[in-house]
Amino acid sequence: MSLRGLPASEVFERALDGERRALGRLLTWVERGGQEADEVTELAHPRSGRAHVVGITGAPGAGKSTLTGQLTRLLPALGVKPAVLAVDPSSPLTGGAILGDRIRMDDIAGEAAFIRSMATRGHSGGLALAVPGSVRVFDAAGYDPVIIETVGVGQVEVDVAGAADTTVVVVTPGWGDAVQANKAGLLEVADVFVVNKADRPGANDAKRDLELMLDLSHMTGQEDETGYRPPIIMASAIDGTGAPEVWDAIEAHRTHLEETGGLEARRAGRLRLEVENRLHQALAGRAAEALADEPGEKLLRQAGERTLSPAEAARRLARDILA
Amino acid sequence: MADEKIRIILAKLGLDGHDRGIKVVARILRDAGMEVIYLGLRQTAESIVAAAEEEDADAVGLSMHNAGHLTLAPAMVDALAAADLDLPVIVGGIVPDVDVEELEKAGVAAILGPGASAEEVVEAVRAAVDARSGSAA
Repeated sequence: MSLRGLPASEVFERALDGERRALGRLLTWVERGGQEADEVTELAHPRSGRAHVVGITGAPGAGKSTLTGQLTRLLPALGVKPAVLAVDPSSPLTGGAILGDRIRMDDIAGEAAFIRSMATRGHSGGLALAVPGSVRVFDAAGYDPVIIETVGVGQVEVDVAGAADTTVVVVTPGWGDAVQANKAGLLEVADVFVVNKADRPGANDAKRDLELMLDLSHMTGQEDETGYRPPIIMASAIDGTGAPEVWDAIEAHRTHLEETGGLEARRAGRLRLEVENRLHQALAGRAAEALADEPGEKLLRQAGERTLSPAEAARRLARDILA
Repeated sequence: MADEKIRIILAKLGLDGHDRGIKVVARILRDAGMEVIYLGLRQTAESIVAAAEEEDADAVGLSMHNAGHLTLAPAMVDALAAADLDLPVIVGGIVPDVDVEELEKAGVAAILGPGASAEEVVEAVRAAVDARSGSAA
């Protein structure tokens, strides 16, 4: 049955009933933004909050998609229904994207898994702007866990840690040495480490360097205050080696969060961040309007004539916006 | 304000390992600002229908180099219709001129041969997507 012309509430009900294309359409709306996205959010939010959100991140080619595919193959047998949000970068030049994560997953992913590809559409930080909204829709539709696979990241794209309950960082042999391991950034946000392609030379060196890095976190007091130490799992995602252990580690982290109250804290932080982002967006919109209006142009002119400082111009505009 | 990019699935059906062409087309469409959901090799009509539902795709592009187009392309059109998915199917690759009419009759929206330019590829996809969304809106 076609979805054309159906109101958001009807499509939402169908998605809850398990109609996959209905869920696909909701995700499109969320991604496009605008009125339908707001409607979907209103519908989904009261029903969300159950799913465990797992972030999988790492450098390009580390094996994130393949590992994700292996996890989705394991999970239905455990009685859970996983969803995957696979993010790939949009071109900064043309806005286009090649979303190629499915080719690593389709052969291995179980049929129960719902996989959606998403382009970053100009958003930096390793995720797309529509990720929180999409996770909410999956959650409301009964998918648990929701796995977010980030774009291939470098050292500092750590948005995923703010979006997920459990963050899995995938590295490979030869990715770097002990000095790399102690640089700030990505490795600091890991709840679970995976050394993928562990059948290749250098895997044990990679593990040792990570262990050393974690030891130093202990020494400097940067370790988790509950004493949680991220485990390091050796895996070879191409044949599924290590995938059950990775899932066990994710579950163990979830249990740990539940027992220590960390889950609530992370989710509260996440909601706060989302509200904050929305607020910034709303204010930025108002600011752009104010600058384009006649009073704004006048202030800009005065600043250009050096009769008004940029700071004072901004203060006056802010007074107008917030009045 | 709404961000309505064309999302197109690119795939090869069955046993056809010639994927140089589909990679070139993926890049052409990417550089035209589209989002290409790349499924690659060894897909089936069923796997493409499943992906089209999850991805809420706007079109399906098939690359065919094994002379299976007269069987597989209509099967793809039929599988989408059977699933009540109103998506255009665009075929690229090696299709003899004498087969073009039969494919068009079978419901293939556009057929692009080896001589097609990047502009022609992009235009064919845009026109096929516009025709569908326009006719059924």
